Amino acid sequence: MKLGTSTIIGGVLFALAIFVGLFAPWLAHTDPVMGANLMNAEEPPSWIWWFGTDAQGRDIYSRVVHGARISLTVGIVSQLVNSVIGVTLGLTAGYWGGWWDDVVNALTNLMLAIPSLIFALAIMAVLGPGLTSLLIALGLTNWSFSCRIARASALSLKSQGYVQAAKVLGYGDLRIMITQLLPNMLGPIIVISTLGMGGAILAEAALSFLGLGIRPPYPSWGSMLSEARDQITTAPWLSVFPGLAIFLTVLGLNLLGDGLRDILDPQSRSRRT
Amino acid sequence: MTAPPLIEVDGLRIDLDDGSRRTAAVEGVSFRIDRGETFGLVGESGCGKSISALALIGLLRRPLSIGAGAIRFDGREIQGLPAAEQRALRGNRIAMIFQEPMTALNPVSPIGRQIAEMFVLHQGKSWREADRLAVEALASVRVPAPERRVKDYPHQLSGGMRQRVMIAIALACGPDLLIADEPTTALDVTVQAEIIELMRNLCAERGTAILMISHDLGLVANVCRRVAVMYAGRIVEERGSDALFRASAHPYTKGLVDSLPRLGTRAALGRSKLKEIAGVVPAIADFPAGCRFNPRCMQATEICRSTAPETTRLGDGGLVRCHHHA
Ligand SMILES: Nc1ncnc2c1ncn2[C@@H]1O[C@H](COP(=O)(O)OP(=O)(O)O)[C@@H](O)[C@H]1O
Ligand code: SF4
Ligand SMILES: [Mg+2]
Repeated sequence: MKLGTSTIIGGVLFALAIFVGLFAPWLAHTDPVMGANLMNAEEPPSWIWWFGTDAQGRDIYSRVVHGARISLTVGIVSQLVNSVIGVTLGLTAGYWGGWWDDVVNALTNLMLAIPSLIFALAIMAVLGPGLTSLLIALGLTNWSFSCRIARASALSLKSQGYVQAAKVLGYGDLRIMITQLLPNMLGPIIVISTLGMGGAILAEAALSFLGLGIRPPYPSWGSMLSEARDQITTAPWLSVFPGLAIFLTVLGLNLLGDGLRDILDPQSRSRRT
Repeated sequence: MTAPPLIEVDGLRIDLDDGSRRTAAVEGVSFRIDRGETFGLVGESGCGKSISALALIGLLRRPLSIGAGAIRFDGREIQGLPAAEQRALRGNRIAMIFQEPMTALNPVSPIGRQIAEMFVLHQGKSWREADRLAVEALASVRVPAPERRVKDYPHQLSGGMRQRVMIAIALACGPDLLIADEPTTALDVTVQAEIIELMRNLCAERGTAILMISHDLGLVANVCRRVAVMYAGRIVEERGSDALFRASAHPYTKGLVDSLPRLGTRAALGRSKLKEIAGVVPAIADFPAGCRFNPRCMQATEICRSTAPETTRLGDGGLVRCHHHA
């Protein structure tokens, strides 16, 4: 199996983000929220303040490091919820067909017709800001791609010999879906989930930027950007570093997703064996 | 009172519904198989063998359905059973292996797991116990080093090995009936004989009846005690295997027998062309009136073109469906 350079770069970037998120308390220099000291306000990046400080004198590096926790939690958890919803709906719709398939199709088309960010915005407006509302809003609004892929895979897989054989051997529908269909569609699902995670991180940033997601003083990359808005000319480092963190993480996830697509693509796999 | 036959098919009709029209793809099919018996179903491709087998295990799906007749397994009518009870029969008491060992195994699951699943599913065994039984099952189909092989994925095995695994899966729960639908058609000739031998021995040891389905009369007659010959959705002759060869009663069976290469003949040596039955099997929508074989039959007369022949019982207990049978 040959890993492409971009897959490796993507994997390293994502692994780095995970590492930073996991070990944030040890990597940070100061407390991201309480570590304010007006004596050090708006210091530019230096050996002491790696990424500079903000108007309250908080260390931006420490805030970006802690922000990784929130951004990745939102990205991973909300995408997990999306994948579970999408795969459950798509798999059952593709396998059973009939009226259930029509219902799921209509629902998917509806979700695709409304921009998911607008949908999430509406949910956030109802639930109010905060991490839990963010997870709910982003987790419920972006399952249509996983659903489409799961449905298409189920449709093509259900005529495979081993699915027919499983029926003949007395497998029930649930057992067929779990043992015969799901493992065989995991590749494309993982790819779309990886890409979706990047999308969720961007959506978190956008919602927080609009003041609907994570609210200051808690550091998410989006809320930091939101706070930095007014000082973009006077203290650009306030925007540059959280922006860079978003950029590198999402880039990493996209490179990883694309790379995984090539590795997991059943056609390229059969070409190798 | 005698015990009911293991499986009894009585006047089975299978309808093909293409939305506007309902046509019978299989019609008036009756046969019975006793416990431990070997029964063959032969006929050219497309004559309805596979869909008859699917009907037997209750797995016909749109656009096909059972139009008439009854299928009784162990005296109980299968069609009337609730879905869960039908499922409990499948793989457990009636098992089936197919033509394509390449595609009948799940590519992302180790073969041991796929065998073990049968014990968990039908016998409620724990995975631990099931994994142990899977090794035994693999050993019973003469796969070398079964403890190691259970971890293999299907793509690591040859076609013959895969068909052995399929047999292990099918026989895992000790079924009463094994349906083998063209089990060796996709395999090399040398492997074919091994697989057939294995299947026959295992079933004989365990008292499992075999319903062997194939287009290859020679193969079926070799394995089975009794053979039914099917043509265009109807059974045209049912005989003991020897009688079928020695004294075929139906013109179609005669044609099949004559088209087989025989040891020592010029055909077997490849010097002359085999005698083939002229013409092709008609499509379901184009089944001719009267005897369905009449356009290809050398002995056809007026009555053959107007009236479908009924089943006649022969002196040796065989059955034939022909106005002018031998
Ligand atoms: N799912 C299906 N839909 C429509 N026609 C079918 C279907 N399955 C089988 N048939 C038709 O039924 C007839 C019998 O098929 P089959 O039982 O597969 O033949 P064989 O004797 O070769 O096993 C064929 O004419 C085939 O075209
Ligand atoms: S009934 Fe007539 S056409 Fe049919 S097989 Fe017999 S002789 Fe031939
Ligand atoms: Mg067939």
